[in-house]
Amino acid sequence: MPSISRSEVEHLARLARLAVTEEELDLFAGQLEKIVQAVAKVGQVADQDIPPMSHAVPLTNVFRSDVVRPGLTPQQALAAAPAAEDGRFRVPRILGEEA
Amino acid sequence: MSDLIRLPAAELAAKIHAGEVSSVGATQAHLDRIAAVDPAVHAFLHVDGERALQAAKAVDEAVAAGRTPASPLAGVPIAVKDVLTTQGSPTTCGSKLLEGWHAPYDATVTRKLLDAGLVILGKTNMDEFAMGSSTENSAYGPTRNPWDLDRIPGGSGGGSAAALAAFEAPLAIGTDTGGSIRQPGAMTGTVGVKPTYGTVSRHGLVAYASSFDQAGPCARTVLDAALLHEVIAGHDPMDSTSIDAPVPPVLAAARQGADGDLRGVKVGVVRELVGEGHQPGVLASFEAAVAQLRELGAEVVEVSCPSFDLALAAYYLIAPSEASSNLARFDAMRYGLRVGDDGSHSAEEVMSLTREAGFGPEVKRRIMIGTYALSAGYYDAYYGSAQKVRTLVAREFDAAFARADVLVSPTSPVTAFRIGERVDDPVAMYQVDLCTIPSNMAGNAAISVPSGLSADDGLPVGLQVFSPALQDHRGYRVAAAYEAARDAAQGGALIHRVPELEVV
Repeated sequence: MPSISRSEVEHLARLARLAVTEEELDLFAGQLEKIVQAVAKVGQVADQDIPPMSHAVPLTNVFRSDVVRPGLTPQQALAAAPAAEDGRFRVPRILGEEA
Repeated sequence: MSDLIRLPAAELAAKIHAGEVSSVGATQAHLDRIAAVDPAVHAFLHVDGERALQAAKAVDEAVAAGRTPASPLAGVPIAVKDVLTTQGSPTTCGSKLLEGWHAPYDATVTRKLLDAGLVILGKTNMDEFAMGSSTENSAYGPTRNPWDLDRIPGGSGGGSAAALAAFEAPLAIGTDTGGSIRQPGAMTGTVGVKPTYGTVSRHGLVAYASSFDQAGPCARTVLDAALLHEVIAGHDPMDSTSIDAPVPPVLAAARQGADGDLRGVKVGVVRELVGEGHQPGVLASFEAAVAQLRELGAEVVEVSCPSFDLALAAYYLIAPSEASSNLARFDAMRYGLRVGDDGSHSAEEVMSLTREAGFGPEVKRRIMIGTYALSAGYYDAYYGSAQKVRTLVAREFDAAFARADVLVSPTSPVTAFRIGERVDDPVAMYQVDLCTIPSNMAGNAAISVPSGLSADDGLPVGLQVFSPALQDHRGYRVAAAYEAARDAAQGGALIHRVPELEVV
């Protein structure tokens, strides 16, 4: 039976960039465990040789004609930015203190 | 209550185009209704009356000038699920993360609605990022079912379905990733259609699980759904999974079906979707619906699709996996919420703090399950196996469609449950999607049409009709025939039995 520990949830949250709280870790550990137990039965087909599928009508080589279309103006692109400066997105520092 | 708001869209459009009523009058009647009942129902997250009236006025002017209407639905008001971008109004996806966000472009579906002269009233409530089966996961509070305000309207498109059942709009747009159009349709006594995957553009539909997401029509009659289907469907170069093929003739099929003759049509009852775990009143309603189809001349056979038992599990691996990747775009840098940008936190810390503050619990759960299913060491056992199940489901549909023209099942194993009843038990919530998910897995078409009220609780039940990919019209024909027969036998459309809402 698969199991998801509290420390595993902590790891998943870090990978998923979610600064979860201690209370959430307790809650999610129990819930994710139940969810994984419920979905683990797909393992019944794990050793069968079946191709994966993603589209009812498979499409290959989907191209658009190479024509110039209007895109967003810088003003439109920045209109919803949490912070903008000098016509650019302003972002927090990307390196840690020790870097 | 104004009579205008009770009319089917087809009749309302005919009156507007004949100059008998104005689109402005019809739009105002719906805006008045929203003002009166939406404080109780909470179907809408945003209403833009001024813009709606402007659009309505343009249609009235065209009619007065003798110009041909832009489409058979020109001038008819419509509600749009808040997961499709609409320039000039907010698009929140039911999330705090996108509170106040205005998309800089229209979704293709939005563009097609506007070009067809439909009057967009506003944006409807939904489970956050369409993740949920009850609309309780909206960051802006739940939508209530007009049949019983203590109950959920289904989800994720509960706002669109409730708007129809509360007579706040005659038409709505939904999106269906695991049943989010059909299941709310069933729970509110309305019609909901998931078109064949790839036939309605996903451009501007904020992605949850891209290989399942499909927009579609919500209406109070099968004919109205078909009219709306023909407006929004069609190939779109802006969506690389869009199918370059003619739109299936759904309108003609709905009209043909209304004649009530199903002789020569083979209907397959899917054994795995009727039985264990279903509410007795749902099963009884379904059996009566099948008997009705037989009376209309259809030949009924039983089909078996054993891997459907694994479809729910596979869906709750594939959809979260795709979600964990799709929702990575919410990084607090280019749009949406930003939290903790105080000069001390790094970009990565700001991203984590923002996602923590902006996402609700179900979105977090799905992102983490997806992250888990895709991680090294688990990928083959979970994601890989789930994709194999998907192939099996599609193969079993193919085999079943070799024996029957359409397949049927109840749309949902249960009727609308009470608000709060399942919210702390994610697995119990997922079970509600049992009957709708197989169609998303295979990418084919399915329609839910009201089949009456459940004998055990008096709440609406839906009959689901599956069609093969690109054969959406088959389901429309059968649903329209069934609808006409049911309405005739029961003395009118089910929707008119919805209780009167208290008006503010």
